[in-house]
Amino acid sequence: MTTTTLPTRADTGTDVWVAACPTNSLIPERGVAVLLPNGDQVALFRTHDNTLYAIDNIDPFTNAAVLARGIVGDRGGEPTVASPMLKHVFALRTGICLDNPDVAQRTHRVREHDGQIHVRAQPDQHHDVR
Amino acid sequence: MRQLVVIGNGMVGHRLVEAVLDRDPDGTWQITVLGEEPRPAYDRVSLSTYFDGATETDLRMPDLSATGNVELRLGQRATGIDTESRTVTTSTGDTLNYDALVLATGSSPFVPPVPGHDLDLCHVYRTIDDLDAISEAARGARTGVVIGGGLLGLEAANALRLLGLQAHVVEMAPWLMPRQVDEGGGALLGHLVEETGVRVHTGAALSAIEPGDEHAARVRLGEDHIDTDMVVFSVGIRPRDEIAHTAGLRMGPRGGVAVDATCRTSDPAIYAVGECASAAGTVYGLVAPGNAMAEVVADQLAGGEATFTGADTSTKLKLLGVDVASFGDCHCETPGALEVVLNDPPGRRYAKLVVSDDASTLLGGILVGDASAYAGLRPLVGHQLPGDPLELIAPAREGGGGLGVDALPDEAQVCSCHAVTKGTIHSAIADGNDDVGSLKSCTKAGTGCGSCVPMLKKLLTSAGVEQSNALCEHFTHSRAELVEIVLSTGITTFSELIAKHGTGGRGCDICKPAVASILASVDGGHILEGEQAALQDTNDHFLANLQRNGTYSVVPRIPGGEITPDKLIVIGEVARDFGLYTKITGGQRIDLFGARVEQLPAIWGRLVEAGFESGHAYGKALRTVKSCVGTTWCRYGVQDSVAMAIELELRYRGLRSPHKIKAAVSGCARECAEARSKDFGIIATENGWNLYVGGNGGFNPRHAQLLASDLDSATLVRYIDRFLVFYTRTADRLQRTAAWIEDMEGGLDHLRSVIVDDSLGIAAELERAMDRHVSNYSDEWRGVLEDPDKLARFVSFANAPETPDPTITFDTERDQPVPAGPVPLGMPETPPATSGSGPTETPHPNPREA
Repeated sequence: MTTTTLPTRADTGTDVWVAACPTNSLIPERGVAVLLPNGDQVALFRTHDNTLYAIDNIDPFTNAAVLARGIVGDRGGEPTVASPMLKHVFALRTGICLDNPDVAQRTHRVREHDGQIHVRAQPDQHHDVR
Repeated sequence: MRQLVVIGNGMVGHRLVEAVLDRDPDGTWQITVLGEEPRPAYDRVSLSTYFDGATETDLRMPDLSATGNVELRLGQRATGIDTESRTVTTSTGDTLNYDALVLATGSSPFVPPVPGHDLDLCHVYRTIDDLDAISEAARGARTGVVIGGGLLGLEAANALRLLGLQAHVVEMAPWLMPRQVDEGGGALLGHLVEETGVRVHTGAALSAIEPGDEHAARVRLGEDHIDTDMVVFSVGIRPRDEIAHTAGLRMGPRGGVAVDATCRTSDPAIYAVGECASAAGTVYGLVAPGNAMAEVVADQLAGGEATFTGADTSTKLKLLGVDVASFGDCHCETPGALEVVLNDPPGRRYAKLVVSDDASTLLGGILVGDASAYAGLRPLVGHQLPGDPLELIAPAREGGGGLGVDALPDEAQVCSCHAVTKGTIHSAIADGNDDVGSLKSCTKAGTGCGSCVPMLKKLLTSAGVEQSNALCEHFTHSRAELVEIVLSTGITTFSELIAKHGTGGRGCDICKPAVASILASVDGGHILEGEQAALQDTNDHFLANLQRNGTYSVVPRIPGGEITPDKLIVIGEVARDFGLYTKITGGQRIDLFGARVEQLPAIWGRLVEAGFESGHAYGKALRTVKSCVGTTWCRYGVQDSVAMAIELELRYRGLRSPHKIKAAVSGCARECAEARSKDFGIIATENGWNLYVGGNGGFNPRHAQLLASDLDSATLVRYIDRFLVFYTRTADRLQRTAAWIEDMEGGLDHLRSVIVDDSLGIAAELERAMDRHVSNYSDEWRGVLEDPDKLARFVSFANAPETPDPTITFDTERDQPVPAGPVPLGMPETPPATSGSGPTETPHPNPREA
């Protein structure tokens, strides 16, 4: 019934960067959902210190695509988002679920360019921080 | 498996079964309980609350049959015991074998054989059936006489008073409660009881009850008489020992089944506990000694060696609103004992301590009018006095006064209902039980009469356990303290509040919505304005209720549940056009499910155009004011409940609060709107409205309690204004009104003094705050529709605003759309790529919020 419009790509080298939204439309401590070319979704956040983070949008505990609508904050200084579903808290830097460290979201790199925020389509390969 | 038969299902019989189960985790005993009454065991100590709003369910003791090892036979009496074959026969003709038998048959009220004692208008006060009979007889009655001015007699007088009768108490002794208090205490007690409207006749001997003319009967007291419609006997109890007597068991000198220190009767396979037992010649008519006997028997059955060596008969009660306590050797019977007395009738208090001849050891005491020193004094009985005895009973000064918990020795009993010592509580604290709740479940202390709960708090504090009421890691303050800070500083943003009063960091999903709620209730702007938007929980953030597949449900306000056909049609059309699932809610409105984020504004647009507004189903806020049809249609209604419900719902709509608030208005005492299950409920009377507060459904249902009666409409609204603002300012995060009132020092009485009597002098300010709320109210949905910035957030994807989330799909069930796929169980289906090497644990759903 509905046709899915795939978003435009901004190619640089081998990485695929997806234009998410204008820089000024992402409000601090709020998230937005971004649709990737392969149909995956990421939750994109800006913290109060203007750092950008992106992690998988689908809550692994309930399979609902809602993490972008969670509350952004911190736990012991670690920037976090709390899933609005069952309130599991995820670290934004690593994607690790702080309430259940066996579970982790994939993370994506984010950059600002020409007044636009871009999210890298490919998830990061490994977590540096554990 | 061994067979245990328990005859009697009162409080002590119930306690026995509980104690046996505690000691028998492997289920080696199969327990059969015979209960004569048709209902499971209930709290007989709190019987008078039955006339103050409590129901049979409220009084019921915990159900123990869930373990499978307990068979409860209700409405069945034991008719005989054969000690040779070890069998019990029952009133249903069954024969039960036993390896051990426990008699917990209790007692029956003693009715003195005066002429007329068997008239129809004579009652006793012991079982729920008795109370129902009293309640039935009170209809149309004006006067009731209680024979017996002891503890139970005063309870019965209170019951009559609550039923609206002029109550009289007749006591043969020269003062009330002669067993518990002395002449000085009794004099003050009599005075305070008369102040409640109960007429007291002491030194009065009942000689006859004669059928009367105008009233049903005339109670003869020697020369005097009282004309009355009802008589309740409460002069004492007689052990129910007939069955034991017939079985040939040895009896005590003054009735009751004789038992030894292990609570065994003259037949080693048979035990007796509670009011039917005679221990060392004494029959105890209190629940605490009965419980102690039950523990001894349970220990014996488990192979232990516990013994019963007499019991603490200390009592602390609130009778007719008067505090009375007595403990230890209150009548100064120890040779050489001295009395230290403080008699202060103008100050409405009497206190006496009994001390040893050298004034070094506390032996007992009596407190009337103010029993607050009881919790500290009773455990000291038999121990060295920590200071000047007069100091101990002197009026409390700044800082609490009286006695510190540190003065208590380890073996001092803190909870006399369950015989828990200070030492036991200390070890429980050392084992990591760091709040009153876990101390209660671990030691049982505080789960009986509850008078030692303040003591438990003090013991925690003295053990260095900080009883934190910090909101979360970002604030050391409680919600109520943050309200104070916001009100006094005028701070209007979360950033400023956390910078000036937080512990560092940027907040979390606990403190952000809590502060958002405070700011909304103080400031009143749109909850999605500026920085506030980032504080909101997802439901408030999208002004709709998140469902399990990431869609939302939409609930338009239908005040009082009244709706026109045209508006009903609009709701149906909107649901049909947007493919929404519809369901009628318990709050008399309609819930539309399955809306995607990007559809919400269009749905609201259609609803707002038809005259609807947000129903705040998503908020910790006033939800609905439910109503019955009232005088408009109902043959029985006495007030217009619909109009009142609509007025209240429109007045309080949008009020942000610590938790959701539900309300209802019933047009008569039949209570069809279920108002007493609400945070505030109103029930119409012939003269106006009764206001109930503190009810809720849910996991732990509570009945609302009467705050004020027969109010006119304006006063009703004023009281609710005060109640709601007081609640939103002083309750903890996610604390419903019931728990808020329970936690309040002084409970419902204190709340009533603040709301009705304005004891804190804040009523005017509370009303002004509510007036500000009412005049600042605007519809939150319309606020989004009229603001392009807010509207811009309602998109599925930042980079594809109109593309529906591809993970949302629907099946059809009973002709309606429902989320596709199985209900997730809360565990990720595929372990994530980065999962560690250890075994995967089942995730625990976050307990902080359900």
